[in-house]
Amino acid sequence: MSLSIIESCVNCWACMPVCPSDAIYEAAPHFKIDAAKCTECDGDFAQPQCASICPIEGAILNSLGEEINPPGSLTGIPPEKMEAAMAEIQAR
Amino acid sequence: MELTVLGNDSVEKPAEGGCSAGSCGSTDDQVNHLPDHIREKVENHPCYSEKAHHYFARMHVAVAPACNIQCHYCNRKYDCANESRPGVVSELLTPTQAVKKTMAVAANIPQMTVLGIAGPGDPLANPERTFETFRELSEKAPDIKLCVSTNGLALPDAVEELAKHNIDHVTITINCVDPEVGAKIYPWIFWNNRRIKGVKAAKILIEQQQKGLEMLVERGILVKVNSVLIPGVNDEHLKEVSRIVKEKGAFLHNVMPLIAEAEHGTFYGVMGQRGPSNEELSELQDACAGDMNMMRHCRQCRADAVGMLGEDRGEEFTLDKIETMEIDYEEAMVKRAKVHAEIAKTLAADDSDESAPAMAVAPETRPVLMAVATSGSGVINQHFGHAKEFLIYEASPEGVRFIGHRKADQYCIGDDTCGEKESSLTTTIRTLQGCETVLCSKIGYEPWDQLEAAGIQPNGEHAMEPIEEAVAAVYVEMAESGKLEASNEAAAA
Repeated sequence: MSLSIIESCVNCWACMPVCPSDAIYEAAPHFKIDAAKCTECDGDFAQPQCASICPIEGAILNSLGEEINPPGSLTGIPPEKMEAAMAEIQAR
Repeated sequence: MELTVLGNDSVEKPAEGGCSAGSCGSTDDQVNHLPDHIREKVENHPCYSEKAHHYFARMHVAVAPACNIQCHYCNRKYDCANESRPGVVSELLTPTQAVKKTMAVAANIPQMTVLGIAGPGDPLANPERTFETFRELSEKAPDIKLCVSTNGLALPDAVEELAKHNIDHVTITINCVDPEVGAKIYPWIFWNNRRIKGVKAAKILIEQQQKGLEMLVERGILVKVNSVLIPGVNDEHLKEVSRIVKEKGAFLHNVMPLIAEAEHGTFYGVMGQRGPSNEELSELQDACAGDMNMMRHCRQCRADAVGMLGEDRGEEFTLDKIETMEIDYEEAMVKRAKVHAEIAKTLAADDSDESAPAMAVAPETRPVLMAVATSGSGVINQHFGHAKEFLIYEASPEGVRFIGHRKADQYCIGDDTCGEKESSLTTTIRTLQGCETVLCSKIGYEPWDQLEAAGIQPNGEHAMEPIEEAVAAVYVEMAESGKLEASNEAAAA
């Protein structure tokens, strides 16, 4: 039972102080979660704290490896809109 | 008026790209209207006093990476050296590194009076890093003013700590006072251990901002309010924001244009939300000005900017460079005090000869906007093609007044690998929309023709003349040649 942080993390530090289990640590190339310490906030909070403050969609996965904040859920940008904009920029 | 030569030659560079003009806005300096005790606090603060920004420099240290809210104009993923948006930085610093950098800059740029913490996240969402930086600096470099800017969510809890560290300037970004409007600007906040979205989130944020504002004012801490003007979202609403924050005691309101491009990857950028035109920005600033002091010289700088407003000397003070600098701060403080005294003398002299010449034109003559290319010292001394920004003046029967600045290369100096490629001349001409004349020291044939075709008259006849006198002279000439009859609105349309 542990969440994990993946490479899209931008190292913004927001998650580290809100973790009730001290499970998050600074590492290269990005912050990581100590699987032995992570409780997914069970018993402390209704929602996992790191995933509740993380600004980057897809950067934190649950124990099944699924994105807790899927594309569009935080920015409000519909994923197809983002793809179209990025494709247009690439084409320039 | 002459700019005093400051410091020694090795450290003193003209503020290329910055606005070091000697007297932009001397007829309308917002600081002159302030009570004495506030004026004393801001007269050497480049971000708070329009006059001060020609002489004093500021810096931001990027120690605060975390944020507790999301704004639709911000994307936390980017660090692009070609971008100058707030919220963008190249190098995150620890408090110890930040203190070292600040002292290195203070010693090398003695006119740097102000250290601000502005991000790249929210300083008060990183209280330990922010306050450790302030604590160390107030001990080691007591001659530097400390200030902070915040989205306000964590502000009420931080007010005591701010007061303790002698922070006497705080900037709160307040884009709305109505949660319905707020829900269109802020998709979520992190509050009481939960991510909260929509109107409910906006309501909490607004309450915290207003409470924080009141608490700061109670303690005599100066508050400036920043607002981002988002056309169709909060434009009309900002008049109410201005009225309310003034009522509560904010001393300055800074309305800034939204910066939104698809390549920034922000909600507004990707969704095609446009920023305001220069005219829309000016109109709104004027509409709010009836209510309070407005700031018009903000350059919307990065969270790691160094130097005069509008310039960024951060490259001279990267971590590896400051590592090799030996700083004797005691010695630096002596030099800094001398430099500051010299500037104060210049400012006092400038104050004394402050009499706006009456315009020799009929009272019903319509006002005219003019753009000026200057590299400093208050005179028209820059080639049109070299100007990175233009100062905009309004001439009217009442006199000449500084309106703001417009960038010639807006927000991004990247080449064609970075976004839409447009000829820089075309961009510049579009930037000057609404101006009828552009005053510069020299100008080439091609831009001359294109400017004329766009209805903007180039003018190189006033090279090396003081800006305001030249603007006044051109205005009188225009009036005499019959271009400014009340009925003749063609050029302004």
